[in-house]
Amino acid sequence: MTDTPVIQLSDLSIGFTGRAGYTLPVLRNIDLTVRPGESIGLVGESGSGKSTVALAAMGYLKRGLRVLNGRATFEGHDMFALNRKELESLRGGHLALIPQNSGQSLTPTLRIGAQLTEALRLHSRLDPSQFSARVLELLGQVRLPDPQAITRRYPHELSGGQQQRVAIAMALAGEPRALLLDEPTTGLDVTTQAHILELLRDLARETGMAMVYVSHDLGAIARVCDRVVVMYAGEVVMEGSARQVLTAPTHPYARGLLASIPKLSDPHLPMALGGRPPAPGGAGDGCAFVDRCALASDLCRTSRPMLAPGPGGAPVRCHHADRADTLPMTSTGDHAARAEVGTAPVLSLQDLEIRYSKPGILDRLRGLQDTRPATVDDITITIAKGETLGLVGESGSGKSTILKTIAGLLPPAGGEIRFDGDAPLPRSVEQRGPDHLRRIQLIFQNPDDSLNPRHTIAEILEQPLKLYFGLSGTALQDRCVEILERVRLGGHYLDRLPSQLSGGEKQRVAVARAFAANPDLVLCDEVTSALDVSVQAAVLELLNDLKAAQGTTYVFVSHDLAVVRALSDRVAVLYQGRLCEIGPSAEVYALPSHPYTEVLLGAVLEPDPDTAPKLTADDVIELSPPAKGCPFQRRCPRKIGAKCDTDTPPWQTRDDGHAIRCHIPLDDLHRQQQADS
Amino acid sequence: MSLASIPQNSRLGRTLSVLRDVMSRPSGAVGLCLVVFHLILAVISPYIAPFDYRTMNAAMMLTGPDGVHFLGTDHLGRDVFSRTIQGGREAILVTGIATPIAVAWGGLVGIFFGLIGGRVDEVMMRFVDAFLSLPWILKMLVLIVTFGTGIEVLIPTLAFFYGIPVIRIARAATHDVVARDFVAAARARGHSRMTIMRKELLPNVLDALMVEGAMRWSWMLLAFSSLSFLGFGVSPPTPDWGLMIADARGFMSFAPWGVLGPVIALSTLIIGINLTADALAKALGIDRAQKAPV
Repeated sequence: MTDTPVIQLSDLSIGFTGRAGYTLPVLRNIDLTVRPGESIGLVGESGSGKSTVALAAMGYLKRGLRVLNGRATFEGHDMFALNRKELESLRGGHLALIPQNSGQSLTPTLRIGAQLTEALRLHSRLDPSQFSARVLELLGQVRLPDPQAITRRYPHELSGGQQQRVAIAMALAGEPRALLLDEPTTGLDVTTQAHILELLRDLARETGMAMVYVSHDLGAIARVCDRVVVMYAGEVVMEGSARQVLTAPTHPYARGLLASIPKLSDPHLPMALGGRPPAPGGAGDGCAFVDRCALASDLCRTSRPMLAPGPGGAPVRCHHADRADTLPMTSTGDHAARAEVGTAPVLSLQDLEIRYSKPGILDRLRGLQDTRPATVDDITITIAKGETLGLVGESGSGKSTILKTIAGLLPPAGGEIRFDGDAPLPRSVEQRGPDHLRRIQLIFQNPDDSLNPRHTIAEILEQPLKLYFGLSGTALQDRCVEILERVRLGGHYLDRLPSQLSGGEKQRVAVARAFAANPDLVLCDEVTSALDVSVQAAVLELLNDLKAAQGTTYVFVSHDLAVVRALSDRVAVLYQGRLCEIGPSAEVYALPSHPYTEVLLGAVLEPDPDTAPKLTADDVIELSPPAKGCPFQRRCPRKIGAKCDTDTPPWQTRDDGHAIRCHIPLDDLHRQQQADS
Repeated sequence: MSLASIPQNSRLGRTLSVLRDVMSRPSGAVGLCLVVFHLILAVISPYIAPFDYRTMNAAMMLTGPDGVHFLGTDHLGRDVFSRTIQGGREAILVTGIATPIAVAWGGLVGIFFGLIGGRVDEVMMRFVDAFLSLPWILKMLVLIVTFGTGIEVLIPTLAFFYGIPVIRIARAATHDVVARDFVAAARARGHSRMTIMRKELLPNVLDALMVEGAMRWSWMLLAFSSLSFLGFGVSPPTPDWGLMIADARGFMSFAPWGVLGPVIALSTLIIGINLTADALAKALGIDRAQKAPV
């Protein structure tokens, strides 16, 4: 390892000139040195400037931004002094970027082989006769099975994880000496993400290239990076070895960030980090973090701390770094008042079956039944009053589909939904009575999509209040304010439009709208997955408090097992629209587990440099469930034989209500899993 | 970027900022000036016209522009300038009433089909397509020949024909909105279809409809002038650009001013509307590529 840096940013400030004429910095005095073979993680929440840093290292600035100060060099080239041609020859060659969703940015009409050949033609010095051999070599390098077959496929014939691998292979085509990755695994399933990260780790080792890994996910960073740089409001606030940053952070923000991450090992709610980061350029003369910091003093308000070695030697930007270890880093769990779980069932699903496909018109004329397996099948769950049921599974597991069906938006093909012991609920929302409609409310994943952008917050909250309670005039107004205060927003939000709110505030409004109906059952569909971790913790806390206060029942859908663990009393695991395992959350997260649960749990990334994910199954995405047998038969690492392919596995129930659907006897399963861990 | 610059009333703030955006674009500024100029002219022209538009003068037929008759005289010796500045009154009045009607009915029907979707929507759109594939002048002449000319026929006719392409635009814009979660949320709450159309869909389709309305207005002006040109619009002696062009066409080789005045007037208004519509589309962030063929 030589000491000449590959990428060096020195005192780099980038900003834009606002309408009023003054210049607002987006990045302030960034110093970053990346040496050959090093993997550096850039962590921060949205708006912290981490992607801007990565792009600046490529010599690229988003529209309207300009360099205010400092320079960015790659192997001694000043990136902002190079002309277009020189930049073009560097980018994609020795310096490659893998942007977010790069798997989806493959050209849909070109075969994989042709796209890789194109990359080689542009960025490698190989003789064209060697291209096809090199393409196969690259695909092998990113661990794609049967490279020869992959070259003939089109991007849509590959799974998300495979597409991402191809994108990485393309970046490797120019034999880069530095690879910049901007959230390369965001949006991928947990198992796929874990596989991609393992690949990146191995690649860095094999090729000796430097990597800059930009992510909001400390778990992913912990997995691939040697050194971690924490960014906040356009500044580097802390820098150090991955171990140092993740286990003994000396900056209050880094500690808060770690505390706000739900962890598998911790059944409590994560701690929320209050407040919101300053708007770009909005940080005053003092420390940018001052408004959210528990250690803030008068000094912090007036003078901006410098990046200086703190306790432990790692550079930190804090006046009180020596006292940072007094701040908690894991949740204390004392604020998590859990609601009483009753015994009366609120919702019961009986043999629920959901199909997206309809039999074709010809088949219907001939009176044929649809023989394809249903999207969701055989779902029988009873939820007690005041309970939170977590539904987990990868994308395509049917968890959101089930919520839509309970809400009546997607009529089931078979089975029953009983609500509050009544007669079965009408299948579709149009047939349901106003009382049922009011008592079941739905909160969506992305508030940008679930709040009408043209409605003010007042209009959004008025809708359920007018519809269900017929409120008007000042009573309506007062109630809106009251509801906003319950979700810890104030009446001054009433006249705003959703676009003027931050992501967390928007989701609070969505929560407020659901609770305005005084519901008995709230269906939460990935409600925190579009939010930053610190905001996610606050929304989870809010949901938990509202539930404790009102005795609401939740069905909480998420792909994040740690989030589900923090909130749920009971957890159901879904694969391909079929239940694999259900039980009290402590039991589901402990052994024995259904082999699929085991795979999921093994792939979870913890923000801890010492835990490695256990990858036992391939990251194959199945598009439809098998016609018979166990739904997990094709990926199961513990498959016992032909029985799994032909017979539907039985439910094996234990006394505490923990049930696993598997052919392997629970005791055997337990023994095997204990032996492996 | 600063949140402090957003005024208290957000909706008014948005309207103002869109208007500012339109004016800050060269096309928007020029276009809006032209449109406003024509609107003002249409209101005040009877009071500022130097001559009565009906007064004929056998001694002054087809004289060229001079200090008295700025744009010369026509074949009946009438002052072309006075007739030109008043020649848009009828056109602007008729199209100004017909355009909002066209956008309103086309918009509502389009939003409705966009919301219900499915087979009914598909079948209806094929009808719309079939209708649009016929030449407009043919369709319009059938109605006008049947019911006669005059404002009371022209306004409904124009409003009807020009509402049909609006259906397509409104439906396409609605399709984008219907898939979003806030519509699902409204359905799950149990709102009626009518409320969903009015509260959730309309506000999000309105931008597209406004731009479409502006475009329809310019097309309608052209159609109205064409009808007048063919003799199915305004009847003489009322001054009208289309009619004036038709009358002066025969003398174009030796008295081009008779055509020049109304042509310049009509084209500046239409260009003005188009420029404004373009700037408005850009300010509202609407992709004009989805504009339906006329």
